[in-house]
Amino acid sequence: MRLVSYPIPKDSRNAAGKISKVEQAQKINRLIGILAVQGDYSCHGKIVQHLGLNVRWIKTPGDLVGCSALILPGGESTTMTLLLKKYGLIKPLKDFALSNPVMGTCAGAIMLAKNVYDTRVEPLGIMDITVCRNAYGSQVESFITDLLLPFNGSSVPIKAVFIRAPKIQVESPAIQVLAEYENVPVIVRQDKALALAFHPELTGDDRIHRYFFQQVAGISINT
Amino acid sequence: MTKEKGSFEVKVGLAEMLKGGVIMDVTTAEQAKIAEDAGAVAVMALERIPSDIRKAGGVSRMTDPVIIQQIKKTVSIPVMAKCRIGHFAEAQILEAMGIDFIDESEVLTPADEANHIEKRSFNAPFVCGCRNLGEALRRIGEGAAMIRTKGEAGTGNVVEAVRHMRSVMNSIRHLKTLRKDELMTVSKDLQAPYELVLKTAEMGELPVPNFAAGGVATPADASLMMQLGAQSVFVGSGIFKSSNPAVMAKAIVEAVTHYHDPDVLLRISTGLGTAMEGIEISQLSDSERLQERGW
Repeated sequence: MRLVSYPIPKDSRNAAGKISKVEQAQKINRLIGILAVQGDYSCHGKIVQHLGLNVRWIKTPGDLVGCSALILPGGESTTMTLLLKKYGLIKPLKDFALSNPVMGTCAGAIMLAKNVYDTRVEPLGIMDITVCRNAYGSQVESFITDLLLPFNGSSVPIKAVFIRAPKIQVESPAIQVLAEYENVPVIVRQDKALALAFHPELTGDDRIHRYFFQQVAGISINT
Repeated sequence: MTKEKGSFEVKVGLAEMLKGGVIMDVTTAEQAKIAEDAGAVAVMALERIPSDIRKAGGVSRMTDPVIIQQIKKTVSIPVMAKCRIGHFAEAQILEAMGIDFIDESEVLTPADEANHIEKRSFNAPFVCGCRNLGEALRRIGEGAAMIRTKGEAGTGNVVEAVRHMRSVMNSIRHLKTLRKDELMTVSKDLQAPYELVLKTAEMGELPVPNFAAGGVATPADASLMMQLGAQSVFVGSGIFKSSNPAVMAKAIVEAVTHYHDPDVLLRISTGLGTAMEGIEISQLSDSERLQERGW
C-alpha cells in the first residue's frame, strides 16, 4: 500500500530556487537532505515532512548547506554511482556523512558500504559493511514480509518491502545488527549511520524514520 | 514469518525505485551497455525500436527471448520487455524469463481488441499506457503498477505525450476540488473504478508512479514532461535514432534529474548533434496512430 495520508513533499526553497533568510533562521537543525538524483526520494520526503521536518532535495553539492541529516533513498545503485560522479557529489556526500547522521535504504545502504561485490558501484565507504547487490534475484523474487524491530521495544512487526534487495555482510565489531531476516542482517547501525536492506519509506509506517531521527540523529520530531 | 512475492506493494515498489530516471529502448547488448553507462535506470529490450516498427509494418510481436536474455546478461539495471495488448501468453513467457517489468504496449500489434491482460495474477509488475485519467485507472484496476502516457511512439514528436500528461494531471487537479459525494459521477464519466477515483482524489496523485513516454526526443522534451508532472521518462527511438546516441542518452538522463534548472538544461542541450527525425502527427492516418490501440 502506498502512503495515502501524507501530502506530496515540497522542497523547502521558494519558486525561484532560493533559500530565504527566514528559512535559514527558523529551520536550522530541522532541514533534512534527501539525495534526489534518482530513486524513491519523494517517498522519504513524505514521511520526513509528516514528522514535522523540512525537506531539501540534494541534486548539487551546494544543496547540502544547512542540512542536519541526510537520507540516501532506494533506486538503482549503478545509476546513482554514475550520477553522483557526474554531478560532483561523491566527496561532498562522503564528507557530510562522516560528520552527520545518515540513513540509507536499499541502494542508499549500498552507497554507505565500504565494499560492494560489483565494480560498477563505487560506494561512499561510510560503514564497515560489504554489500552484495540484487542478492535475491530479479523482480519476480522481490517480496514483502513481517519484520520484528526488537531495538524499538515494539512487539508489532513492520511490513518490510524487499525490492531486488541487497544482502549486508558485517565487517567490524563497530557494526550493530538491529534486525535480521533469515539470519542475514537487514538493519545495521554504526554510530550515526543507519543502513537498511529494505524500504521503510514504501509502506507509510514511520517507525524506522522516527528511530533514525530520535535515537540516531538526536533530532526532535512531531510525536 | 510470511514471505509474499508479487503483491501490489512489491510491484509498485520497483516502479518507485525507477522514479527520477530514464528508461531507454534498446535492441542489442551493445546498446544496452551504452544505455547503462549513460545512467539509464532500466532498459526496454526490443527487437526493433518503435520508429522502425512503424516503417516495417506487419504484425509486431513480443521480442525473441534470446535477445532479451543477451540484454539481461549485459546489464545490472532492471530489464523490461513488451507484450501485445491482451496477449497474456506472451506475458507468461516474459514472466517465466524473470523479466523485471512487462509493458503491455500499444507499440506492438494488439492481440485482443476488447480486453487488456488481467495483471493482478502475475508476480511480474506491469506498466501500461494511457491517454487520460480514466484509461490510467482502468489499467491500475487490472493490476498495472506503473502508468505511462501513450504519446505517439516512434514519431519523435512530443505533442501527444504532452496532451496525455496534461489530461491526466488536469483531471487529478479537478478531482481534488470535488466533494466526496461528487466522485461517483466522476467514476461514471471517466469509466474508472470508483475505489481508485476515491484513492486518487485522496492522494492528489495517481495511486502508482506516473511516467512519460511516446515521442520524447531531446533533453528539453524530457524536462517539459517532468515539469508537467511526469516522475520519470521513457525514451524509445529518441536515443538510438539520434546522431550521437551516447551523448544524447547522457544529456536526457541529466535533464531528468535537473529538469527544473534552465542553466543545466542550456548546457546539456548545446551541441548535442541531430535529434531523431520527427513526424508531424497530422501526417499519420488513423490506422497509424498507435495511441488508438487499447481503450
